[in-house]
Amino acid sequence: MIDDDVLERVLAGAVRTGADFAEVYAEDKASTSAGLDDGRIEQVTSGRDRGAGIRVIAGETTGFAYTSDLTESGLARAADAAASAASSGGGGVRTVALTKSAPHRPNTVVHLPDAIAKARKVELLQRMDDAARDSGPEIVQVSAGYGDSSKRTLVANTDGVHVDDEVVRTLLRISVVADGDTGMQTGFQSMGHTVGFEIFDTVDVEALARDAARQAITKLRARPAPSGAVPVVIKNGSGGVLFHEACGHGLEADHIQKDASVYAGKVGQLVASPLVTLVDDGTMPGEWGTLGFDDEGHITQRNVLIEDGVLTDYMWDYLRARKEGRPQSGNGRRQSYQHLPMVRMTNTFVLDGPSEPDDIISSTANGVYVAKLGGGSVNTATGDFVFGMTEAYMIENGEITEPLREGNLIGNGPQVLKDIDMLGNDFAMGNPGTCGKDGQGVPVGDGQPTLRVTAMTIGGTAA
Amino acid sequence: MTADGGTGFESDLQTVADRVVAQAVPGEEIEAYVTRGGETEVRVYQGAVEHFVAAQSEGIGIRVIRDGRTGFAYAGTLDPGAIDEVLAEARDNQQFGQPDEFAALAQPDGVEVTAQSLWNEALAEYPTDDKIDLAKQLEKRTSGVDPRVRVDDANYVDAFGESAVASTTGIRKSGRENGCYVSVSTLADEGDGDDAETQTGFGFSVGRSPHDFDLDKAAREAADRATRLLGATKPASKRLTVVLDPFVTAQFLGVISSTLNGEAVVKGRSLFRDRLGDDVAASNVTLVDDPTNPLAYTATDVDGEGLAARRNVLIENGVLRRFVHNSYSGRRAGTVSTGNATRGGFAGTPGVGCLALSLVPGTRSQAELIADVDDGLLVQSMQGLHSGVNPISGDFSTGAAGLLISGGEVGAPVREFTIASTLQRMLTDIVEIGGDIDWLPMRASGMSLVIRDVTMSGV
Repeated sequence: MIDDDVLERVLAGAVRTGADFAEVYAEDKASTSAGLDDGRIEQVTSGRDRGAGIRVIAGETTGFAYTSDLTESGLARAADAAASAASSGGGGVRTVALTKSAPHRPNTVVHLPDAIAKARKVELLQRMDDAARDSGPEIVQVSAGYGDSSKRTLVANTDGVHVDDEVVRTLLRISVVADGDTGMQTGFQSMGHTVGFEIFDTVDVEALARDAARQAITKLRARPAPSGAVPVVIKNGSGGVLFHEACGHGLEADHIQKDASVYAGKVGQLVASPLVTLVDDGTMPGEWGTLGFDDEGHITQRNVLIEDGVLTDYMWDYLRARKEGRPQSGNGRRQSYQHLPMVRMTNTFVLDGPSEPDDIISSTANGVYVAKLGGGSVNTATGDFVFGMTEAYMIENGEITEPLREGNLIGNGPQVLKDIDMLGNDFAMGNPGTCGKDGQGVPVGDGQPTLRVTAMTIGGTAA
Repeated sequence: MTADGGTGFESDLQTVADRVVAQAVPGEEIEAYVTRGGETEVRVYQGAVEHFVAAQSEGIGIRVIRDGRTGFAYAGTLDPGAIDEVLAEARDNQQFGQPDEFAALAQPDGVEVTAQSLWNEALAEYPTDDKIDLAKQLEKRTSGVDPRVRVDDANYVDAFGESAVASTTGIRKSGRENGCYVSVSTLADEGDGDDAETQTGFGFSVGRSPHDFDLDKAAREAADRATRLLGATKPASKRLTVVLDPFVTAQFLGVISSTLNGEAVVKGRSLFRDRLGDDVAASNVTLVDDPTNPLAYTATDVDGEGLAARRNVLIENGVLRRFVHNSYSGRRAGTVSTGNATRGGFAGTPGVGCLALSLVPGTRSQAELIADVDDGLLVQSMQGLHSGVNPISGDFSTGAAGLLISGGEVGAPVREFTIASTLQRMLTDIVEIGGDIDWLPMRASGMSLVIRDVTMSGV
């Protein structure tokens, strides 16, 4: 994308007014998406995004500028703009010598998106539309989307870091509306991996569509969810967002350093049920949050955050690790070249526990079984978090019974982690997610085995 | 999408758009949408600049329709070679769309544009050092409100945008706008050791120019929001009357707006799809979308397809009168565009949405509204609107924090609970609309709103 000698000159120029660090992050992303709605392919879209963000740091101050002009003069202008915000008043000539890192490619991509005809991508959507509508006369509307992208990135900095990476993404989603006597209900399914079109050799797209349709049809006979605190069992592969919100965000070092997290100062302490081991791992092949290098050029790795209930470490980016004088953890990420990196999760999941999933349900006298969670959010300073249950059922006398209407579940992160009293042995990763923080969205994965929380508050309307 | 009504401004981007449209061949409709924008963002922490972002970007999106088939492509550059590629890609993509008899570009409809002054030269020339100073001032004043308050971050942000649209159907419009805001996030601490407790708050001030800011009000609100919740407990579950704070009301209206979206209506995804002319809200409810009101933060003179923005009454005295449409959904619904095409930049085709929504305000203050509530809850914030509200089924359930109301007076703070009802019921359960209208930095204005019979779910 950019020649090595150009990078070296731009970086040296960026620190000539006394800054102590400069970085170039460049990306070239090509994407294709197709949307089906109301029974027809509405539109195929092609997009191209290309540019570079330049970050210059002097002490505690970061200057940042970006440009879509990748020529040496374009980069130099952006470097000047970034440096003017972060100059220490010092100066001097520094040379920058880049050392190219060996490639790190956790994902194996067989079919690059641009090698596949658009007609084959569009055909997937029609198959899903047919499968959803064949699921029952209740299905009145279907919307489906296909998306792929191929993003090449380059990071180089004045510490000599120089990496190239390429991430390919393939995504499919479907949402379905069913209509009945009690009004309309919705169902949703999605699939996303950091691999190419070969994913469709193994993924059954019709099954995905039928599952979305089944959710919507099932909910037509749903009753209002209860209100108040009840035991909650969460199905495997559907509730990783619980940990993402209940503690993941609170373990990001930027919140820790500002003492704006309930987990600040708690390393070495028991913060969760001893059943819980929580990992953030950017190297899982093919998963949605997987990267070869993070967006600061640091190689991704497997980080154990909580081990047998004890908090072992936080997640770190360049800036926060530098302040603490410790290594980065491969968690510096950004939405695009137009954004500053910050501490972010990759694939966040809880390892298997000892219980059979069926035993977890049968040993719950009364409660709620959540088969699919929606999005969530957390206030890291208080630990209060919510997430939506998009498919849930009553548990009565140890059996799953009637479906429930949608609602939010609310809890306090530190409390919920301690209240996990059963953990299954059926680990599964969940749906692809987009994590939002400070206005930036990045792709993340999550996963967990079936588990039970002794009490969470259900936001229903039934007394 | 804006034009500088009356000032005669025409962006050089118009030429770029015109040049693309001129390449249309017979039987082909083309629309080009070109933008350039920039932002300055200053974040201050403990008296020093934490980061400073200064950047500009530009791009183009091209839509091609032929034989009822639509294709689209975009690129984040205005390099002439890249623009040629974008047009070629959009033409290629067009072949994969399936014919839709209603697919067509917007047609000029003769509706007069209401002139707006959306560009402020004072902001464009505002010195960088003064921007940094505003963020520092806000941080200092916020910390000074109460010894229990810390500042998580204090920010100054400004942005400008310039855009041009042209089409083979005769749309040709360009303009520019700018605006700025300051915001602050707070933490309030109380107690030590195991009793230590932290709550959070936020405050902001917006304007077309930094001279419009009220830093003291932003500081006070940010401090109050956090300190008010100190000592909050989890309440018992029950049904009660809620009083929504203006900011929360604006979020609620944002959810309601998606049920009045013409595209959702024509595709059968709105719970109000066959309810035009019916009573859908309490008789005191009149809901208006009016981007021509210069007080609205999202005021604009033209919509995302280049048609004049206009005032639309959606609910009048509780009766559903109108859905909002862009030219596609309007045509499909057998009506016309209401000037409600939305556009999220050059990388997408126009959607449909309310542009500047507001309830017609009542007359009484929040304190007067609260005085009439015997057993209730003042909702200060909602959490999880994106996950717990389904605008298709109408199910409404969100996390919340606020203050209990007893005998007409505000009492103990509460948190970690949800409030739930359905959108259909909440509209008909509106008891009173406050007179305390506040133009917030979102697509809806806020005012206090009293809704009865909402389920509070806690212990």
